[in-house]
Amino acid sequence: MKKIATGNKAVAEAVKQVGPDVVAAYPITPQTEIVESIADYVTSGQLDSQYIPVESEHSAMAACIGASIADARTFTATSSQGLAYMHEMTNWAAGARLPIVMVNVNRSLGPGWNIWAEHTDAMQERDTGWLQVYVSTVQEAYDTTLMAFRIAEHNDVLLPVMINLDGFALSHIMQPLDTVEPGAFIPPIHLPNVVDTKNPHGYGTLTGPADYFRFRWEIEQSMRDATNVIKETHEDFSKYFGRTYGFTEEYKCGDADVIVVSLGTLGKEAEVAIDILREEGIKAGSMRLRWFRPFPDLDLAGKEVVVIDRDYSFGFGGVLAHSVRSKNLVEVFSVIAGLGGQEVTYDDIAEFVRNRRIGKEFWFGVNDRV
Amino acid sequence: MNTIAEIPNEEYILKCTSACAGCGDMLILRYVLKAAGPDTVIVMPACCTAAFQGIYPKTAFSVPVVNSAFGAAAACASGLSSMFRAAERKTKVIVYAGDGGTLDIGLQAMSGAFERGTDFLYICYDNEAYGNTGMQRSGATPLGAKTTTTPAGKPEVKKDIDAIIAAHEPSFQATACSSYPQDLFRKVQKALTFRGPTFIHVLSPCPPGWRYPTEKTVEIGRLAVKSGMWVLYEREHGNLTISAPSKAAIKKPVPLDEYLAPQGRFKGIDAKTVEILKQRIAENHRRLVAGEAVP
Repeated sequence: MKKIATGNKAVAEAVKQVGPDVVAAYPITPQTEIVESIADYVTSGQLDSQYIPVESEHSAMAACIGASIADARTFTATSSQGLAYMHEMTNWAAGARLPIVMVNVNRSLGPGWNIWAEHTDAMQERDTGWLQVYVSTVQEAYDTTLMAFRIAEHNDVLLPVMINLDGFALSHIMQPLDTVEPGAFIPPIHLPNVVDTKNPHGYGTLTGPADYFRFRWEIEQSMRDATNVIKETHEDFSKYFGRTYGFTEEYKCGDADVIVVSLGTLGKEAEVAIDILREEGIKAGSMRLRWFRPFPDLDLAGKEVVVIDRDYSFGFGGVLAHSVRSKNLVEVFSVIAGLGGQEVTYDDIAEFVRNRRIGKEFWFGVNDRV
Repeated sequence: MNTIAEIPNEEYILKCTSACAGCGDMLILRYVLKAAGPDTVIVMPACCTAAFQGIYPKTAFSVPVVNSAFGAAAACASGLSSMFRAAERKTKVIVYAGDGGTLDIGLQAMSGAFERGTDFLYICYDNEAYGNTGMQRSGATPLGAKTTTTPAGKPEVKKDIDAIIAAHEPSFQATACSSYPQDLFRKVQKALTFRGPTFIHVLSPCPPGWRYPTEKTVEIGRLAVKSGMWVLYEREHGNLTISAPSKAAIKKPVPLDEYLAPQGRFKGIDAKTVEILKQRIAENHRRLVAGEAVP
């Protein structure tokens, strides 16, 4: 069904169609519309879920963990401070191998109070064992939320998935949305090792170094296996619903000399910048990463690379720039832009490319000139 | 009051766990599980019991134990309970948490779970300090007690968690003590007959923490009650009833010194602090006899 919706509403629609058993959530700007919509679906009978209105994000994730151990399909949504507050439990969810699906609406962390888009909140979760995907349009937010349940709950994965939406830049903008009936695309949930009083086990018991080490390795194995599951899910999604996704979204990369690498809505701005640059005779392309964990193989051989980070690791550099640099053994021009919701237009991105200085870092709006 | 003969012979904790000799917590958990029976899931934050449950792949328990982060037990139990009720499973969900995991780091999650009407029993076993980490003060440590972080005796009074719980208006709440297993057994069974959140706060004497010989655990617990320092009661739909052992103790308490003197943690406590303790005990008795759950 075709309609117009915000990014937040698209997520809520997808959750309604997948039908989690338990949703535990706490409000936070700019995510609140998601949990408000879900509460409304539950109250009006459009969604048969247990909605647990917890008193904090720490408890939201803890309640999802408890429900998931009892064989529930679970969902929550958060942002920024809320994600940071639940950090102890995000580690727990992945370590316990629970396929919880969460939407994180990317927002900067205080102080000062700032509610606008930034990716540092999600980057601080990158080592927890969660799969991470970043989306750029309302339709992609919807489609990826559907796919996330199937990927997380796949027996080769059994890890939680975090879907990242840029605060306001995607959560609150309206775009066309085509909703679907997921049907057989989302199979019923069958988790192994659910709690059963007739077959009692300890969950998260004290664990010695040898077993703990093995469990960590098993998380990494599943993270690697997730690559195949994501690929199959993308292909199946395309067969069912006709929309095609990959680990990256590439725009005019084939013959490009210089490639702009980014995450989220900046990747859509970058596509417009590419067209402007090509009119000027600069053979540029855009490579927007969708999946950040597991981190995909990127085809950047022989290209000049400009990476835009909407995040920063103090004392080190842009997290995406570092990831691209170290995974591909390629030097990059690292642009830090858009922190705290700073406006970054396609003209700005074109300017980054024109003035690229490979091997350097540039803070947009702070350093006067590239 | 149940007789010992009415308490089932089934055991749900294996013998020879790594709990300290004379551990009050072991007695409490033993009778809690006997009262709850096999269709029970225990949710447990970091605490002494979590430390002696066994090391993977072994467990000392014959009911499922879901370990949770320190401050998250009640929220984790909310998720389990919610899913069990949705699936129309009658499995009982019991949080079994220490005083640190209840009065301090777990307070917010517990308050939220009670306010939301979570269908579970929350048991706080209270040894009045962080035992697992080597006896640091907690919100439950009584005035004047020495811990490793209050070497001169705790200058503040014990937090009244029962009053905090009472403010959430649960259908049933009670206090108990490891030295009165029949009373504890009956209160657990009763708590599990209610829908919604219920709470039992159990005093758990601790030989290494309270610094008394291991064979004195039952005796120390009885002295806590007989001196009136610990009052056994239950509160059903707001009506507070003092339990039999405490009724007798309130009428004719043994001197407080008989409870304090055998415990190394109270060694050297000054007369002024003892006087404050006595005044607070008297006020507590007056209030509870009058049926007032909240000071």
